[in-house]
Amino acid sequence: MPKHDVLVIGAGLAGQRAALAAAEEGVSVGIVSKVHPVRSHSNAAQGGINAALQEGDSWESHAFDTVKGSDYLGDQDAIEIMCREAPDEILHLEHLGVTFHRNDEGKLGTRAFGGASQARTYYVADITGQAIMHVLYEQLMKYSELISRYEEYFTTGLVLDDEGRCAGAVLRNVSDGSMELFEAKNVILASGGNGQIWQPTTNALICTGDGIGMAYRVGAPLMDMEMIQYHPTTLAKKGFLITEGARGEGAHLLNAQGERFMERYAPNKMELASRDVVSRAEQTEINEGRGFDDGTVSLDITVVPRKRIHEALREIVLVGRDFAGVDITREPIRIKPGNHYTMGGVKTDVNGATTIPGLYAAGEVACVSVHGGNRLGANSLLDTLIFGRRSGEHAAARAKQVEHGRTSDAVLADSELEIAELIGRDHTKGRRVSVLRKELGDTMDRFVAVFRDEAGIQTALDRVKALQEEYPSAYIDDQGTVFNQDVLGAIELGFMLEQAECTCVGALHRTESRGAQYRTDYPERNDEEWLKHIDLTRSEDGPEVSYSPVTITQWQPMERTY
Amino acid sequence: MPEYTLKVRRYQPESGEGPYWQEFNVDLDPDLSVLDGLLQVRDRQDGTLVVRCSCRAAICGSCGTKINGQSGLACKTLISEAQEDADRRSTNGSAPIVVEPMGNMPVVKDLVTDMESTHWEKIRRVTPWLLPEGDPPEREYIVPPESMIDITQSMACIQCGACVSSCLSMEADPEFIGPAALAKAYRFVGDPRDGDTKERLYDLAQDPHGIYDCTHCFSCVDACPKGVAPMDQIMRLRRKAGDDEDIDDDNNGRRHELAFTKIIERKGTLDESLLLQESYASGIKGKLIPTPGAIKGLVGSLPTAVRGIRTGKMRSLSKLIPGVHPKLPGDSQKHVRNIYEHAESHREELNLYITGEEEALEEGAPEEPLEPEADLTPEAEVEPEPDEERGR
Repeated sequence: MPKHDVLVIGAGLAGQRAALAAAEEGVSVGIVSKVHPVRSHSNAAQGGINAALQEGDSWESHAFDTVKGSDYLGDQDAIEIMCREAPDEILHLEHLGVTFHRNDEGKLGTRAFGGASQARTYYVADITGQAIMHVLYEQLMKYSELISRYEEYFTTGLVLDDEGRCAGAVLRNVSDGSMELFEAKNVILASGGNGQIWQPTTNALICTGDGIGMAYRVGAPLMDMEMIQYHPTTLAKKGFLITEGARGEGAHLLNAQGERFMERYAPNKMELASRDVVSRAEQTEINEGRGFDDGTVSLDITVVPRKRIHEALREIVLVGRDFAGVDITREPIRIKPGNHYTMGGVKTDVNGATTIPGLYAAGEVACVSVHGGNRLGANSLLDTLIFGRRSGEHAAARAKQVEHGRTSDAVLADSELEIAELIGRDHTKGRRVSVLRKELGDTMDRFVAVFRDEAGIQTALDRVKALQEEYPSAYIDDQGTVFNQDVLGAIELGFMLEQAECTCVGALHRTESRGAQYRTDYPERNDEEWLKHIDLTRSEDGPEVSYSPVTITQWQPMERTY
Repeated sequence: MPEYTLKVRRYQPESGEGPYWQEFNVDLDPDLSVLDGLLQVRDRQDGTLVVRCSCRAAICGSCGTKINGQSGLACKTLISEAQEDADRRSTNGSAPIVVEPMGNMPVVKDLVTDMESTHWEKIRRVTPWLLPEGDPPEREYIVPPESMIDITQSMACIQCGACVSSCLSMEADPEFIGPAALAKAYRFVGDPRDGDTKERLYDLAQDPHGIYDCTHCFSCVDACPKGVAPMDQIMRLRRKAGDDEDIDDDNNGRRHELAFTKIIERKGTLDESLLLQESYASGIKGKLIPTPGAIKGLVGSLPTAVRGIRTGKMRSLSKLIPGVHPKLPGDSQKHVRNIYEHAESHREELNLYITGEEEALEEGAPEEPLEPEADLTPEAEVEPEPDEERGR
């Protein structure tokens, strides 16, 4: 039975950074991922990573932009930590070998990004996430004697000991279907967001929020699950992402009449207002008939010099050419707001610790909360790295103080039984798992998106509950052990349904408009009643709601204009 | 919605049966991908069909497959284009889209291959992490901005394995380090922050399965979905090893390459009668200068030469007689030399992060003319070199 001081679940940026940080403290580390680490979705972060590292910039300015971007729902102590530690993290990555863009002097150069008062986004062309993640994976290979990698291992659930401490996890080796209990003094969840609950989404097929679902099942509270970011520039049909970097480089948003409509919504920052603001502006244009027939507006990148496009936006050239048949250097491309990011997640403190001893969470799976109601572009990579590292360090420190918890093989047996039951379901009764999954995605995108109201959210919640009832009879085809993706898809759907329920409950509950939550029936922000987090804890009757205060250090809520 | 037929090479290891072909019909928008087609099969018809996939947008590198025999990403191949391609290749103008697992790797199940034992082991072979000299600076390393853009082309690699799948050298020599790992190696060799450049180059040049094992076939350049052009990175490694570091490898790779370029510079086409000799003992200044292992190398090459003659690869024996090789007509040889001079005076790289896509060159970046400039030395004034004499 594998046994580690620190077991990291998920191997994107947060997970790899956590594993490296823990290993540096000299404890035994294992890192598991349901896909090969370099397939993780951190790859898709194109635009860059924020840090106040240039002369004339300050962490306070970065922090204020983040607080304002969050619509004052972000916890300011956590935001301060993130912004203060950002410059050192960038330098650390640079020293490890990340090929950050340089200015003419050969020093780190920046680009502009949305919601930021300074150009403080560091980048590698438009493959920043990929470039950083591959460099971290280089380090994992370098330190393979200190960090055991379990690649293509699917975590089916967390294991608690008798005292309610996290003591490990149950894993299924995807390649042969064998199940094992992994003992660990600490588990760090770093398994990403849950965009696949919405269709379409910019998120990869693996983004099913397994970690959020697992933590919720063992009693860890989730926070601000209603805060779901719709990115302003995604391809209409497939939902693929066009980086905010395009607007950072100067691209314009145009409606069908060719108007630069952001003039009416954010006259100062224009296209570089916060994402929630830009997405709402676009959706308003589309809803009021000023969009194109296919429900889109357009992004005009042709105003960016061609040389600069090739150097800085090459991935977007490829996305345009391969997936939309558009040469972005010559013509505008049709885009619309699309599901992109989970601001909410497993509630943690500034060290990544959840309420369950020994259970940590970092990155998109977690809600510290540094993003509050709306995440700023290029703050997600930063979040994964800062809180990944902090989780790794703290879990390692805790590992030195505690013994392994007592685990029982019964958990493993239960998991095996559950999978056997799933595989053995009757094909003649229920519907396919894939059909349920699609229905969930369509429902959520229709009712819990850019604009929401009570009736719509309630409809979504009813449908989600109906799907939950149907789930135990939903069937799959593959009954084998080797690379059975079918059964993993079914387990993922179970996690997704519970998270969707939480999102609907949170969205119904929050009767105000803040950040990504825009209620047409409550269009104003209401600080008096709602300057607080919504915490959801699992109970027999679904999520139980409680509240926790927003931490305010130095920035009192103000009106938010761009 | 149009209907397409996917002919998938399947393998279900637990069935006890060998691989087999299965056809599936899918209804799909023409601008969706082959991966979308496979996912539709999985979701609606047969959940046992497996393919690694995640991002659907050519970023994660999971869905490397062979489509109509061509290695690439299933998510990046439009189903309508795959259909046109299949039709074009067929004898009667219509055929199903053929989808197979990647080549040069063991198959685990259906379209899933074992990349660990092939691809990743080779990646680890090239010491794939930065080895800076000394402690890092207080702030960032100061490096030329172009150098970062230059290696970003290698960093753009998503480790999908399409190049490995298509590599003809690896088919002949499974131990060849291969296009992906060598492109990864260039990412460090080209990085001014790395302190081990020389050691890396020496290692890769001396390895019999290293940089000189590439046969320049361009398959990997065609297969790569991200424009990494692994072969170009291998050629850069060779240039740095040979020209910059002056590493004469035990495989004689460098001298063989020099022999090729030199013969063509002089004769316009490859005079095979000179190739072996020139590779092992170049004839500079009329004297043969054999390499230390020349005799052994020459003798060792004989079986290959005999096999070449026997299989008809070397078409006529007369080609092996020195002096028979035809000269280029008119002043064509002069043009060949001009190409050499142009290339040597422009050590430019085709890096898509700098130049953009090829078609962009048409109206964008001005191309340097290949015409000889006025101050170039006329061909006639060049003294004929002794080895040319010998050739006659």
